[in-house]
Amino acid sequence: MAMVDEPLYPIAVLIDELKNDDIQLRLNSIRRLSTIARALGEERTRKELIPFLSENSDDDDEVLLAMAEELGVFIPFVGGIEYAHVLLPPLESLCTVEETCVREKAVESLCKIGSQMKENDLVESFVPLVKRLAAGEWFAARVSACGIFHVAYQGCTDVLKTELRATYSQLCQDDMPMVRRAAASNLGKFATTVESTFLIAEIMTMFDDLTKDDQDSVRLLAVEGCAALGKLLEPQDCVARILPVIVNFSQDKSWRVRYMVANQLYELCEAVGPDCTRTDLVPAYVRLLRDNEAEVRIAAAGKVTKFCRLLNPELAIQHILPCVKELSSDSSQHVRSALASVIMGMAPILGKDSTIEHLLPIFLSLLKDEFPDVRLNIISKLDQVNQVIGIDLLSQSLLPAIVELAEDRHWRVRLAIIEYVPLLASQLGIGFFDDKLGALCMQWLQDKVYSIREAAANNLKRLAEEFGPEWAMQHLVPQVLDMVNNPHYLHRMMVLRAISLMAPVMGSEITCSKFLPVVVEASKDRVPNIKFNVAKLLQSLIPIVDQSVVDKTIRQCLVDLSEDPDVDVRYFANQALNSIDGTTAAQS
Amino acid sequence: MNGGDEAGASGDLPQPLDWRFSQVFGERSAGEEVQEVDIISAIEFDKSGDHLATGDRGGRVVLFERTDSKNTSGARRDLEGTDYPLRHPEFRYKTEFQSHEPEFDYLKSLEIEEKINKIRWSQTANGALFLLSTNDKTIKFWKVQDKKIKKICDINTDSSKTLGNGSVASSSNSNSTNACLTNGGLPDKVNNSLSNDFSLPPGGIPLLRLPVVTTSHETSPVARCRRVYTHAHDYHINSISNNSDGETFISADDLRINLWNLEISNQSFNIVDVKPANMEDLTEVITSAEFHPTHCNTLAYSSSKGSIRLIDLRQSALCDSHSKLFEDTETPSSRSFFTEIIASISDIKFAKEGRYILSRDYMTLKLWDINMDSGPVSTFQVHEHLRPKLCDLYENDSIFDKFECCLSGDGLRVSTGSYSNLFRVFGVSPGSTESTTLEASKNPMRRQVTTPSRPSRSLSSITRVVRRGAAESPGVDGNGNSFDHTTKLLHLAWHPTENSIACAAANSLYMYYA
Repeated sequence: MAMVDEPLYPIAVLIDELKNDDIQLRLNSIRRLSTIARALGEERTRKELIPFLSENSDDDDEVLLAMAEELGVFIPFVGGIEYAHVLLPPLESLCTVEETCVREKAVESLCKIGSQMKENDLVESFVPLVKRLAAGEWFAARVSACGIFHVAYQGCTDVLKTELRATYSQLCQDDMPMVRRAAASNLGKFATTVESTFLIAEIMTMFDDLTKDDQDSVRLLAVEGCAALGKLLEPQDCVARILPVIVNFSQDKSWRVRYMVANQLYELCEAVGPDCTRTDLVPAYVRLLRDNEAEVRIAAAGKVTKFCRLLNPELAIQHILPCVKELSSDSSQHVRSALASVIMGMAPILGKDSTIEHLLPIFLSLLKDEFPDVRLNIISKLDQVNQVIGIDLLSQSLLPAIVELAEDRHWRVRLAIIEYVPLLASQLGIGFFDDKLGALCMQWLQDKVYSIREAAANNLKRLAEEFGPEWAMQHLVPQVLDMVNNPHYLHRMMVLRAISLMAPVMGSEITCSKFLPVVVEASKDRVPNIKFNVAKLLQSLIPIVDQSVVDKTIRQCLVDLSEDPDVDVRYFANQALNSIDGTTAAQS
Repeated sequence: MNGGDEAGASGDLPQPLDWRFSQVFGERSAGEEVQEVDIISAIEFDKSGDHLATGDRGGRVVLFERTDSKNTSGARRDLEGTDYPLRHPEFRYKTEFQSHEPEFDYLKSLEIEEKINKIRWSQTANGALFLLSTNDKTIKFWKVQDKKIKKICDINTDSSKTLGNGSVASSSNSNSTNACLTNGGLPDKVNNSLSNDFSLPPGGIPLLRLPVVTTSHETSPVARCRRVYTHAHDYHINSISNNSDGETFISADDLRINLWNLEISNQSFNIVDVKPANMEDLTEVITSAEFHPTHCNTLAYSSSKGSIRLIDLRQSALCDSHSKLFEDTETPSSRSFFTEIIASISDIKFAKEGRYILSRDYMTLKLWDINMDSGPVSTFQVHEHLRPKLCDLYENDSIFDKFECCLSGDGLRVSTGSYSNLFRVFGVSPGSTESTTLEASKNPMRRQVTTPSRPSRSLSSITRVVRRGAAESPGVDGNGNSFDHTTKLLHLAWHPTENSIACAAANSLYMYYA
């Protein structure tokens, strides 16, 4: 008589819940599929569990996605590589569902399994699967097929290889644009596995067809293939076959295609060699930098450093820099922002003299840009230029911009600049920082926006870490502690916050001598919010200071607070007291 | 001006069609009040013509499927039963689902009606139907699939059936003893014991078994909402349109057109924005937008000023500047207060091949050639007889009614709706004089008029008095032109391959064939 023992019961439930009505439970079971498989044993996993899963492909997408992922690593549970083929049917049916992310995961898992399979298994079961999917009635199957050709192709017989190439070529001409898109985006991957003789003869023909597709969305994916194929071809073939295509693409009617070219162009420089780069790619890139569609210029501007890195400096100065100058005053703020985020990287490429001569004016104009994003992007990459031209030159022009941003109307801008202050501080050095930025750091502590005050307190901590407790003792602590007499309770609260953050950095001695008296004084505040924050703060100080201080000062203060008329103050004071008792108990 | 009027041209003109009643769904019985929520607000055939969808003011979408088509296995039985070939498409109810619910936008203190504004079919995949439906603010992507009814039985923890042993029952938990469904969760203690080092024998445990699923042969269509595209429109969505690339679609409201990827519901790109910096400068709104049927980069939108703009998505990311503008430059003989209102285009449709665009304004249907922007190829008078009554129509807001228009699959005829549940069919081939008026009833030719595209004589004052005196009965003038503004036929669709029209009269769906 069948019966499930007590210890098996959890697994029994897990198995049953593969078919539960609640998706969360089904998901849970699928995620523990390996446990179920181990419980069933290899043979029953192959004969029962896998067929069962194959029929499960109408479940919710989330469940299917999890299943596709689990099956990718399921080979050990079905008995090893020689049985890997049993995993193909469920994945095949997952390759045909209409939800893209499920299909992609199934394709990924199929590739994982296929790449481990033995050659004759591949021929016997994997290749037929590819062919079935490629001939699928619905486009979803054909889309999936495109992604697994490269696995099937390796280790196939010559006859099958010819067949697979022919099939792929058909997919490149499919009626459905979705299939052609998948074929275009996987062409590069497939091409890496194809022998070089067929590369020119067949793959390039498919590529040529795709580059002439009516649908923009297909052509723009073919652009991605340019770089991938370019790397596979011999340089002279690349120049003959790919270069004309990419030059054509860079003048495509559709801005989306040109946008893709702008993003990918630098990858081709290596493939075609320096001569063609100079004669063909640089002019094409310059055209893109001057494109009349802002989106294209954004993409091109964002790659300017990567592109220049592949050129010699003269070429960059002669051809690219004039465009960069134009872009720095582009009408679109997004173009300027994209430029600002990468332009600092050009400094090391051009060297000190050229940077001062050509780039510095551009930095400066971007630093004065009316859009905060642009200025922020420059400041965030400051270290790169600092190495080239030195801080003195930069700081003269930099500081006014920083000060302006520090007082920007938008609190998010102020927040962003605060995040960069520690970086700035390390670049500028102590002396410079004291003069110019110290006051700002204190000013932020009293900002109208809580997030800024919070970030400012955190900033103090990071500065203390950067410059050391001694410096902080001199330049930060007195100013912070002064604020404890501020008439506004929110500002007084910031002092407590700053102390709680700085105390661990400053160490026990300063905490006891400087912070603790202020905190104890604050416990007599008239605002309950301050008082319970004192209680919380004291609790956080316990591990920092000596036990004697805890017993002498902190405990007394907390006891006083625990008799406060306000319920919240009493609650937090008692919590802190409990934690003192907890630590003492643990120590004794 | 009047293309339909050029009589007596070349010899082999298509014969005027003889329209016959085919079917009606949701016919109103005499005296039955029409419920507001039941009024049909959108009609659309799918690409193959095998399915028809309607949306209504109650936010429901109803699907119909063709019963005489040869390629669906379900209908084959019906075909075998009938020994003769069917002459015209026939449809049957397939399923319905609640697409939209009434909502309230708390930020703007705005009620969002559930009324379906537009339905558009998407690419069929894996034997399932896909469609987009939209109300004023939210677009939804639906999948409708025939699902086999499945039952689960034979589970491990079902004590009553497979085990009947006390050892399990004693560890009583929330598992149901129902033979078909467990609805119990995995209790925490069970979970814990699983995560502990629970050693399993290498050969597996023979006692455990997988749930057995029995599939019945019966199927039932199940609709599931796959994606919801929302928070992208400040104004009311008037159109949605799928792109031929199968990947994107657009949605248009009064001032903006957004481009979406079907798979990405949390972002869209604004491609047209006609909102002026100062709303007081607003003179023109978008009334309808549609993608070109084959060119994925071309779309057309119409405006309240009577113009149609063609834009090329390749040119720029923001397509505020059009690549072609179509306007009827002919100045109306007499300008009046109403000239601008009646010029507003309520609907545009591309013809199948994408060369022609049909537009509907309050008075006319116009056919445009996208290669000729000097003026429409032909103009068909639909409401000329109402010209003397514009003042009344303005007062009761009827002048703002948005009539849809449609083209036949072969592009030879066009159709649009009118008042008193009438709709008109015109031949568009050069020289065609075909012009038919039909009534959405079981006897469509009841009100046929021979030459309705000619401007009608103005109505006698007596008729008007009669109408006012007897508001219940729709008045009909000497030409059979009616003017009962309460029964209007706004929505209709032409079958993509056959001469068959589906049109909505209030809550009823009438189908005609020729």
